[in-house]
Amino acid sequence: MEYSLSDMYNIALMQGFAGLSLFAVLLLMGLGLAIIFGQMGVINMAHGEFMTIGAYTIYLFSTLTESFAPGLMNAYFPVAIVFAFFIAFAVGWLVEWGLIRHLYARPLDTLLATWGLSLGMQQIFRSTFGPKEVSPTLPDWLMGSWMPTEGVDIPINGMFVLALTILVTGGVLLALYKSRWGLRVRATVSNRTMANATGINTKKTDRVTFAIGCGIAGVAGAAFTTIGSTGPTSGSLYIVDAFLVVTFGGAASLWGTVVSAFGIAQTQSITEFFLSGSMAKVLTLLTIVTILMLRPQGLFAAKVRR
Amino acid sequence: MSDKNRPFNPTRRKLMFGAAALPLLSLPVSRYAFGAGPATSAVNTTGLAVTDTEVTVGQLHSATGTMAISETGSIQAEQLAIDQINAMGGVLGRTIKVIKEDGASDWPTFAEKSKKLLVNDKVATVFGCWTSASRKAVLPIFEKENGLLYYPTFYEGLEQSKNVIYTGQEATQQILAGLDWAHKTLGAKTFYLVGSDYIWPRTSMKIARKHIENVLKGKVVGEEYYPLGSTQFGSLINKIKLKKPDLVFGAVVGGSNVAWFKQLNAAGLTFKKQPMLTISVTEDEVLGIGGENVEGLYSSMKYFQSLDLPGNKKFVDAFKKAYGPKAVIGDVTESGYLGPWLWKMAVEKAGSFDVDKVVAASPGLEWNESPHGELKLDPNHHLWMRTRIGEWQKDGQAKIVFESDVIKPDPFPEGYQ
Repeated sequence: MEYSLSDMYNIALMQGFAGLSLFAVLLLMGLGLAIIFGQMGVINMAHGEFMTIGAYTIYLFSTLTESFAPGLMNAYFPVAIVFAFFIAFAVGWLVEWGLIRHLYARPLDTLLATWGLSLGMQQIFRSTFGPKEVSPTLPDWLMGSWMPTEGVDIPINGMFVLALTILVTGGVLLALYKSRWGLRVRATVSNRTMANATGINTKKTDRVTFAIGCGIAGVAGAAFTTIGSTGPTSGSLYIVDAFLVVTFGGAASLWGTVVSAFGIAQTQSITEFFLSGSMAKVLTLLTIVTILMLRPQGLFAAKVRR
Repeated sequence: MSDKNRPFNPTRRKLMFGAAALPLLSLPVSRYAFGAGPATSAVNTTGLAVTDTEVTVGQLHSATGTMAISETGSIQAEQLAIDQINAMGGVLGRTIKVIKEDGASDWPTFAEKSKKLLVNDKVATVFGCWTSASRKAVLPIFEKENGLLYYPTFYEGLEQSKNVIYTGQEATQQILAGLDWAHKTLGAKTFYLVGSDYIWPRTSMKIARKHIENVLKGKVVGEEYYPLGSTQFGSLINKIKLKKPDLVFGAVVGGSNVAWFKQLNAAGLTFKKQPMLTISVTEDEVLGIGGENVEGLYSSMKYFQSLDLPGNKKFVDAFKKAYGPKAVIGDVTESGYLGPWLWKMAVEKAGSFDVDKVVAASPGLEWNESPHGELKLDPNHHLWMRTRIGEWQKDGQAKIVFESDVIKPDPFPEGYQ
């Protein structure tokens, strides 16, 4: 036998974690979109750019900290993530007020408008940060790996993204199913007219919901700076995966998003181990297409009366 | 040499001037002072955009779109060379005027703009393109309109055109010497090949595999390609851990690079534990990846910013003066810088701006004090040059650990296709 048994065991462990960490990444990408597209029905083509806002926020904080307070390098990251949320939230708020709210009844127009928005935002990034891809300096505690036993390396940045995903997903699920805001959102989604009649301010609900979706995208982008680089067009790389996860899961179901992210990540990671990277991607997409042909509504279709 | 900026022998330059101006001495019609350059009718018989005081050239790169990241350096270096040449009095007494066109990372746009430059603007030459795709898109136009292109990127080879001068390395110049070095110095016998999924990495890896199997008698234990823009390399890293190759040979490009090296580092595969040689990482990439993530990685290139050569000191100083103290110079940026100089040399050797004469004068051009040292232009339109192995340091600069002899370019390597 070419490889020892402990080798195989270690690799299986690390491969399992690689799958989990891909799951975390996909889920974070899809989460904000699941709220905006899934709950509100808005096809937001600029979703990737909101992630890029988050990523650039981290970069900005990293550069500022490096030049003004190098002693705080170990502490800036969590603060920057919070800011990434609020900046993306604020921009989302403005976008909803200036653009989206006029187009709720016209889904195709939203698609075009948000696509234009995404191109505009890309140009703003390019003018502000330059065309080159940037990457923030990460705090020391985010680097390297955790070695529980000899031969097993678990990447710390992977664990960080996983933890952040659990936190954010938990928060969103709690908020949506246990809070007043969640109740209003779900009511608005199920039946807008009736929700309005019961005294829910659906306009305000829409704005907050859209902004929260954008804020979560910002957090996702911030988290990705630990694994990849950021450029003006990074958003267009994210958006395909984000839509894939949400569509596959069933647009209106948050649980569907979780399950679909898990399924895609595991398929991808397992096939990737036995095939080459490009082939694995093809196979994963084929699987998704096949399942969507059998279940056009996605894995979990929401039972909504319309 | 009185002026060390001059990349050629000044006495020969004066001779060329003299020879070109000789028949004009008898012409009373010349309207300009002698020494400014020969008459336009003598140096431009094909209707190029050359006046008594000015010569127009084109610059065709992506200033926008995804490739702007890479091409910005080339744009800056070409502009710097042109500014320096103008400061020295231009070419054949004419100041170089640049028409900049943006290919916008879109190959049809490249084709369209190259046609505009050649047909409408009648430029004397074009400096430009970066990806092989953009070069292939403009190639038929340059051949049809008989234009001249200086192409600055290291690339996969398998091409040679009368209308293109390739100032970067073709595949064998980067790969063979690099693998030989790894085999000899690191004792590498098993290799894992990794690249982005498009033509350059695939052709490069094909050549690498042949060399490993047929010449080094080594073994390729894995070969993988990831889609452009991929950011997840966890599974690949695990496979590398399982196979434990002596060397990972990489050609991952663009933003993927950052993800790839951050994740290697995070997975505990430091380059001390797992030696790795790449043909796609230059100072430009390291700036994005972060020095701490590439410490100990080897790159095979002709040029590094840290090269301790007199020609390079001047180049680096001038570049930083023009684009700020934090600017970095990668291999392709330096190739871009070579273009305008090689063109000036060829024009002055030919005593004419006519493309056919410039092309005919190009083979055999030598420049001993180029930023990367001596170079010679081969009849196959590629450059003779050295391959160097740099070991990346934490500060984002490379330490040169190996330097080959000057290697003859071989765009159609026999037995490697």
